[in-house]
Amino acid sequence: MGATLKDATAIAGIGQTPFARQLPESEKTLACRAIVAALDDAGIAPSEVDAFASYTMEETDEVEIAKAIGAGDVTHFSKVGYGGGGSCATVAHLAAAIATGQASVGVAWRSRKRGSGPRPWKNTRVQLPTPGQWTRPFGLLRPADEIGMLARRYMHEYGATRDHLFNVALACRNRANQNPAAIMYERPLTREMYMTARWISEPLCLFDNCLETDGALACVVVAAERARDCRQRPVYVHSAAQGLPAQHHGMVNYWNDDPLTGPAWTAARHLWKGADLGPQDVDVAQIYDAFTPLIPLSLEGYGFCGRGEGAAFTEGGALEIGGRLPLNTGGGGLSEAYVHGFNLITEGVKQLRGTSTAQVPDAATCLVTAGEGVPTSALLLRS
Amino acid sequence: MTPIVAPATDNRPDNGADLLLPVPDEDGAPFWEYAARGELRVQACADCDELRFPPRPCCPHCQSFAARWQRMSGRGRIWSYVLPHPPLLPAYAEQPGYNAIVVELAEAPRIRLVGNLVTAADAPLNSVDPARLRIGAPVKAVFHTMPGGVTVPRWLLERP
Repeated sequence: MGATLKDATAIAGIGQTPFARQLPESEKTLACRAIVAALDDAGIAPSEVDAFASYTMEETDEVEIAKAIGAGDVTHFSKVGYGGGGSCATVAHLAAAIATGQASVGVAWRSRKRGSGPRPWKNTRVQLPTPGQWTRPFGLLRPADEIGMLARRYMHEYGATRDHLFNVALACRNRANQNPAAIMYERPLTREMYMTARWISEPLCLFDNCLETDGALACVVVAAERARDCRQRPVYVHSAAQGLPAQHHGMVNYWNDDPLTGPAWTAARHLWKGADLGPQDVDVAQIYDAFTPLIPLSLEGYGFCGRGEGAAFTEGGALEIGGRLPLNTGGGGLSEAYVHGFNLITEGVKQLRGTSTAQVPDAATCLVTAGEGVPTSALLLRS
Repeated sequence: MTPIVAPATDNRPDNGADLLLPVPDEDGAPFWEYAARGELRVQACADCDELRFPPRPCCPHCQSFAARWQRMSGRGRIWSYVLPHPPLLPAYAEQPGYNAIVVELAEAPRIRLVGNLVTAADAPLNSVDPARLRIGAPVKAVFHTMPGGVTVPRWLLERP
């Protein structure tokens, strides 16, 4: 029998910079700050790092990071594509490399300046890569438009309403209101604010969209055995998966038999197959929330409810602390920071350490997911 | 094939603003060339006849590299739609209340095209009252030649 990923590795350290609409430092500097903080959290010297994983959209290369932080000889490095779909896969790649002996101390990170950086829809040039020929000329310009299209269809087919989307936005905002690091700390959201907010792409309004943020995060992955000797309580990578479904076409997922069945379904099948646990065993979930409709779709995809039941699942405070499935307990991309989902990983770690600002009592298992709609990834973490 | 689509730098005013022109790749070019002749055609496998969209070099059904372009009736139904609001590229922001729709083709519902619902081929993108948009509404294709010489399919309600 070959190496198994199940609980073979653990996240031993996490680090982050402040989150803000604008931070003065460069992406490279922010990345280094987060990584050095994560290594310090783990109690591991930078010279011991021999593996790196990040996103293809990360603009700071591993060579720059390795030099800057003083890493040793690096024997594994990996970059995962598709923006926010890559977040959990960075940890999965490190876990696989460490479990198979290719490296011993891995660092995953994401540094981003989308709060103060360029907005793609203001630049005609970047609107015109080849796949855009089928969508951009018709004014389907931004991810919000592409997901709005799916959301409208989802609402039509399954009776989902704006109130269901509000449930998602509210749960994330309520958690951010408990998290001093969140951009939306001390900024409560009401149903009235939501229902009267300006449209971004009908049926999606301002509060259905994540925050454009400057900031960086990192985590340190080591073998489970080693993690037990580190400073913090280990958080084990119990299962991990990536998902790129048959006939998928990026975020403009209109060309499958059922466009409402996205990459979450593919990732989920593999995630649960590699786990001793099922959806019923998940104590808290960090589900990628660049847009509110991704939550009901992901709840269905990861098996928390049946087809078309994701919207109804959000009713009755299900996503709040004390509810059926507490969601995005740091505030998520909607209300903490939108850093391509990396804050969902670190928040999952905080929950399983028992140190979240919105702690779920005795949380022992946490699902973390990456961007739905794009080729995605997921982690099942346990304490 | 002769390129019939202007390069991206040739964006010129359309309905008073610079809308984006499609920039075809090798696989997609025939779609735009047929559109310039007023024909809506979809790539099909020349061996197993399966339709596929977006165009690509290889049939995902039988792995044949032989393709043909099948003419479609141009009839379809609205599968979904959005009404984008700013922040948008200026050309689109200048047409508030415009729509982007996905149409599923009548003869091949799995083939879906992104487009715009308009009151006439050359009408502005916001010419249809948003209240008239409805999932399932039958539509038919018309063709609009944009400044710059590129022809794109647009959609009219079958029952205006």
